[in-house]
Amino acid sequence: MATPVRNTPLVTPERLGVLLLLIVAYGVIPVIGTGYLFDAILTPFLALSLAAVGLNILTGYAGQVSLGSAAFLAVGAFAAFNFNLRVPGLPFVVSIVLAGLTAAAIGIVFGLPSLRLRGFYLAVSTLAAQFFVQWALTKFSWFSNDNPSGVIDAPPLTLAGFAFTGPIGRYLFSLTIVVVITFAVTRLIRSQTGRNFVAVRDHETAARVIGVPVLGTKLVAFGISSFIIGVAGVLWAFAYLRTVETGGFNIDRSFQILFIIIIGGLASLRGAFLGAAFIVVFPLILSRTGAALFGGVFDSGVLEMSQRIGIGALIILFLILEPRGLSALVDRVWDWVRPRRAAALGGATPRSFFIRKLQPKGRT
Amino acid sequence: MPGASALRQRPDAVLTPRDATAALKAAIGTGVRAQDPSASTAATPVLAIEHVSLAFGGVTALADINLDVWPGEIHAVIGPNGAGKSSLLNVVTGLYQPDRGRVRHGGRPFAHVPTARLARLGVARTFQNLSLFKGLTVLDNIVMGLSAEVRSSFLGQIFGVPAAAREERRHRAAAGEIVEFLHLTEVADRTAGGLPYGIQKRVELGRALVAKPKLLLLDEPMAGMTLTEKRELTGFIRTARDTYGTSIVLIEHDIGVVMGLSDRVAVLDYGRKIADGTPDEVQADQAVIDAYLGVAHDVDVGGGI
Amino acid sequence: MFDYQFFLEVLIGGLLSGIMYSLVALGFVLIYKTSGVLNFAQGSMLLFAALTFVSLVERGVPFWGAFAATLGVMVLLGVAVERTILRPLVNQPPITLFMATLGLSYVIEGVAQLLWGTQVHGLDLGIEDSPFEVYGVLISQFDLFAAAVAGSLVAAFSLFFRYTRIGLAFRAVADDQYAALAVGLRLPRVWAIVWTAAGVVALVAGLLWGARLGVQFSLSLVVLKALPVLVLGGFDSIAGAIVGGLLIGAIEKLSEVYIGPYFGGGIEGWAAYVVALGFLLIRPAGLFGQKLVERA
Repeated sequence: MATPVRNTPLVTPERLGVLLLLIVAYGVIPVIGTGYLFDAILTPFLALSLAAVGLNILTGYAGQVSLGSAAFLAVGAFAAFNFNLRVPGLPFVVSIVLAGLTAAAIGIVFGLPSLRLRGFYLAVSTLAAQFFVQWALTKFSWFSNDNPSGVIDAPPLTLAGFAFTGPIGRYLFSLTIVVVITFAVTRLIRSQTGRNFVAVRDHETAARVIGVPVLGTKLVAFGISSFIIGVAGVLWAFAYLRTVETGGFNIDRSFQILFIIIIGGLASLRGAFLGAAFIVVFPLILSRTGAALFGGVFDSGVLEMSQRIGIGALIILFLILEPRGLSALVDRVWDWVRPRRAAALGGATPRSFFIRKLQPKGRT
Repeated sequence: MPGASALRQRPDAVLTPRDATAALKAAIGTGVRAQDPSASTAATPVLAIEHVSLAFGGVTALADINLDVWPGEIHAVIGPNGAGKSSLLNVVTGLYQPDRGRVRHGGRPFAHVPTARLARLGVARTFQNLSLFKGLTVLDNIVMGLSAEVRSSFLGQIFGVPAAAREERRHRAAAGEIVEFLHLTEVADRTAGGLPYGIQKRVELGRALVAKPKLLLLDEPMAGMTLTEKRELTGFIRTARDTYGTSIVLIEHDIGVVMGLSDRVAVLDYGRKIADGTPDEVQADQAVIDAYLGVAHDVDVGGGI
Repeated sequence: MFDYQFFLEVLIGGLLSGIMYSLVALGFVLIYKTSGVLNFAQGSMLLFAALTFVSLVERGVPFWGAFAATLGVMVLLGVAVERTILRPLVNQPPITLFMATLGLSYVIEGVAQLLWGTQVHGLDLGIEDSPFEVYGVLISQFDLFAAAVAGSLVAAFSLFFRYTRIGLAFRAVADDQYAALAVGLRLPRVWAIVWTAAGVVALVAGLLWGARLGVQFSLSLVVLKALPVLVLGGFDSIAGAIVGGLLIGAIEKLSEVYIGPYFGGGIEGWAAYVVALGFLLIRPAGLFGQKLVERA
């Protein structure tokens, strides 16, 4: 982000880091990873991260609380399934885009109350979306192609005639979609629209006074957020579960995504990924440690309950100690490892992704 | 560009108004002179408040207020707390709808000023309780002042369409000039939320100035500032008027600042206007002294700003 | 020919179940009125109370002993919550506190089921669920009993708030925390008492709902029904909790019976929310609410 006085260099620590990450993700992991790693950890991580990115745009950046994100995961999954099934010859990628657009449309409808409501009241109306969508998708069997069990096997992921099957294939497909969308989101956040989101969140009246289209901004936030969550739903159902059913899109899932962005850090793109990684890995660590420490007593029921307690306690802890989440914790660790060279208030330090000591609130 | 280099060489020095004007002119290249309000050739006031009354429940906030602000004029509004000053600004900016009366912006009458069109009407304001966007950087906050001029869509912005990119560059450049003008260069990339209060107030002023408004409404811009900061801010305000020809309505409690800076002063008390004239006239007005200023001799002129 | 008798039965059934919603909403109102916190954990407190009670009873503890013991536990819970969660978060925006109670609900649910197990328990309060007739209209005996208990509890709290000194203190804190502090009211103490009171309400509600539905995990989801009630009645009004509950209960049952068949049933799940939504757009403060916090 350049001021007239200086320009940011082309190569920043941030960009190098991302490049390195991509190289590892595309080049290294597919070679050394096991099927279990892809199917049980990486692919769901990617889907959840994308959902978190979507929710973060709405709740973290634009400040509109939503408790119904799972509904849009469901809309995305079912819409993609139906487009793919009922429109012959439609490329799968187009189905995904259409599914996202469907989710966006429904998101905008359920986001209309945000024009008059805030905080809890908006949260209540997003719950309406959650319950209504879940009911509609279960009740009207047309959505599941009149399948008697209501559980559909997801068709394979294809791109330009090439089928991405197998753990590595599904992982790479998901990875690519996540990378593309995340890149678009980084551009969004730095644009006028992204600034509009934060303005409406931080001081809606001032935003209105200076000419920000508040109404339009909120609806765009709902639309884009729901689009991304819809696509994440496609990944969740098609790449991870490989079934399309309403079961996993309940209110617990909505809370899970909310927890991801709280733990990861609101209004932080990086936080969505950190939070999702945490949520995916936490139960695995918990079950291994529990089994090691308590042996046979630690069955699946105990695991589930311990997980609930652990997540709940962590949410509370994060809200008290580090409301800006893991993202800010990572910053602190980085500061400790690489002390700042610039003086406290001065210095023309180029903006760095990692060095952020004196800025306690909010980030773009 | 002597003024501009002066800025860069001694960034911490308090600039005299002349330095500041020179720097700004050099950077922007406009030559708008301030207009002498008393000899104004324009027939229309920039702002005209006509018979505005407003009550909340049983409490009268404003009672039959009439006020004119001419192009290039700095018109202060003073009075005890609760006299209705902020309510007046809220009516002028459409956040409150008056029970009676009209507000004219540049001659156009409104029973209820459309807040969303304020920027297009050339009106900008600051708020008493800081209204910064704390999650944005200083530069971004100031860029936001140009929101009303944004034409690109979110898709255009994401895909980096040439028109969108040009617009973004233009707006950032304009904001950058304001950043320099207001001595905010060092903190331009810092998130506004973590900065000292005095700097935040300056950022808010920058956001209001960047769109080169015809009318600038300042609601207690000096609250909580040190003497040095007040001097600097007074200099900025005066320069903005001198350079852009902006009319300024200023709500302020520091009487010294008000008397030294303003062309005219209006005094409100319990929602009524009890005086409206030059600083000298108002300071000598008995009704004003009784209601607000106290005995004339004891007024602290605050260093003759 | 419109079946009035049946209509009345459905209506009364709805009203009675609505009182049960009111009871849950009451717990919310108590806490919201005095601290501005929307306690999402109310539902899990309900579950926790019911589970504790039932487990004690199953282990041979007599009814009132178990009741007293559970009451004690809820008091401890209230104090613990105030100290560990509310105090550190005292200056945070309401939405942060709401999310903290979301986390709290997970903790309480987990602890409850970890301690007492995840099986379903039956809860017998000694009232038979047999219907009796009033002018040809069938009314469930249990529903009536539940309504009576809930109603008296609500009435008791109303009177408490209006006519006692402590009630006055609560209202003062709800109105203006700083002013209350200035007058000498000790906020932590008030909040601890309030959360305990909410715990008591959760206990009563937990017992009634548990007797009705069986004591199981889904009990904590009752909280989701309380939100539309609060929207209708106002988040800070006890009278609103009653009226809102009655309305939501009635609307739910009536729409399920009369509109439901056109959609294949299951409307109950979201009818309340749609109604609440409509209400929010027309009259955001609710029927009785005063606080206009967080409205556009």
